[in-house]
Amino acid sequence: MAELFRLKVVTPDRIFYDGDVSMVELTTTEGDIGVYANHIPATAIVAPGLLKIHGEDGQVQKAALMSGFIEILQRQVTVMAEVAEWPEDIDVKRAEEARIRAERRLKDRYPGTDVMRAELALKRAIVRLETKAK
Amino acid sequence: MATMRDIKRRRDSIQSTEQITKAMKLVATVKLQKSRTKAESAKPYFDLMYDTMSSIISRSGQIRHRYLQAGGSPKKAVIAITSNRGLAGGYNNNIVKLVNGSLPAEDTVVYAIGRKGRDGLALRGFSIGGDYSEVINDPLYQDAAELTEVLLEAFTRGEIGEIYLAFTSFKNTVVHIPTLLKLLPVELPEREGKADGAEPKARAIMDYEPDDETVLDAIVPKYMSSLIYGALLESLASENGARMTAMDSATSNAEEMIEDLSLQYNRARQGAITQELTEIVAGANAIGG
Repeated sequence: MAELFRLKVVTPDRIFYDGDVSMVELTTTEGDIGVYANHIPATAIVAPGLLKIHGEDGQVQKAALMSGFIEILQRQVTVMAEVAEWPEDIDVKRAEEARIRAERRLKDRYPGTDVMRAELALKRAIVRLETKAK
Repeated sequence: MATMRDIKRRRDSIQSTEQITKAMKLVATVKLQKSRTKAESAKPYFDLMYDTMSSIISRSGQIRHRYLQAGGSPKKAVIAITSNRGLAGGYNNNIVKLVNGSLPAEDTVVYAIGRKGRDGLALRGFSIGGDYSEVINDPLYQDAAELTEVLLEAFTRGEIGEIYLAFTSFKNTVVHIPTLLKLLPVELPEREGKADGAEPKARAIMDYEPDDETVLDAIVPKYMSSLIYGALLESLASENGARMTAMDSATSNAEEMIEDLSLQYNRARQGAITQELTEIVAGANAIGG
């Protein structure tokens, strides 16, 4: 059994998750990472992606995580997220629509389209759909 | 002495004022409960953001970063959070006084959230850089993020050297403290003795992914928007608290005045009756005599 550490996921509206876990996986701007206890202290920027929380008895909870950052200390990991959603919070229809809209914007490339914003919106929609699907 | 009719008119007018203040108090009470729950549920994020930020900065040793150093410009920007409506006691005036007392008017640009603060500060010679008064009606995190973006751009361009936040901190229903907070350059006083047995903040060197500059570039805006968002929610709760208290005292003042006037009215009426009686008796005596 892996050693446990304290995980906190906080958003501006609520404390999203607070508890002891054995491992957490998420996406940073540098790629996907998995964190166990006794990680060296680190700070990274969170990119939109799937958050997987491995609890003490091995069960896995999934959530969608949008922008934010993560502070890793040896026994405590804090994720400050601007948006975090459990699968049951996600509206598939809305996410699907957002995906189509973003794809269209990227394809048409009208002058004045904020490409980065459209890409981010697309990414967010995909993450939401992925979280819901699994 | 005022006539009966004068007193009655005055009393009626105070009575209708009382009804208004009473209704406003009830509305403020309901709104206070809502805004208070909202402010309280945002508090953990707010506090954690602050703690995380101080731990990052205390661990990172000698980082030289543009957000951690004063900009080249002597200009200051202040975000002044007040309300759009008055009748909230000293709530708006306290912020105006605080800003006016701590920052020089000629070198300060005001980003107003709330019409009352905007007007009050404009009157005292501050220039208004932006007006986001609609935001205070229903603050969203998005609003704070947008304002942060505008301010950081101005900071990066060197138009402003320091950014302040003036808001009313909500302690409880009756205690609200007007507060001026320096947002940029980030300056965090060392927090003494953490209460909740969190990990002792050993001075291990923090590892930044991908590198410290990029991380601070990403975190500082989030830190700022979360502080602004928290301040918006707290100010809103304070506004409703202040309005509730103000309306409560207005209502009890009105009640007191009504009581006084009722007494005067009754006295005047009794006086009139006595006088009439005296006249009748005197008249009867004159005829009979």
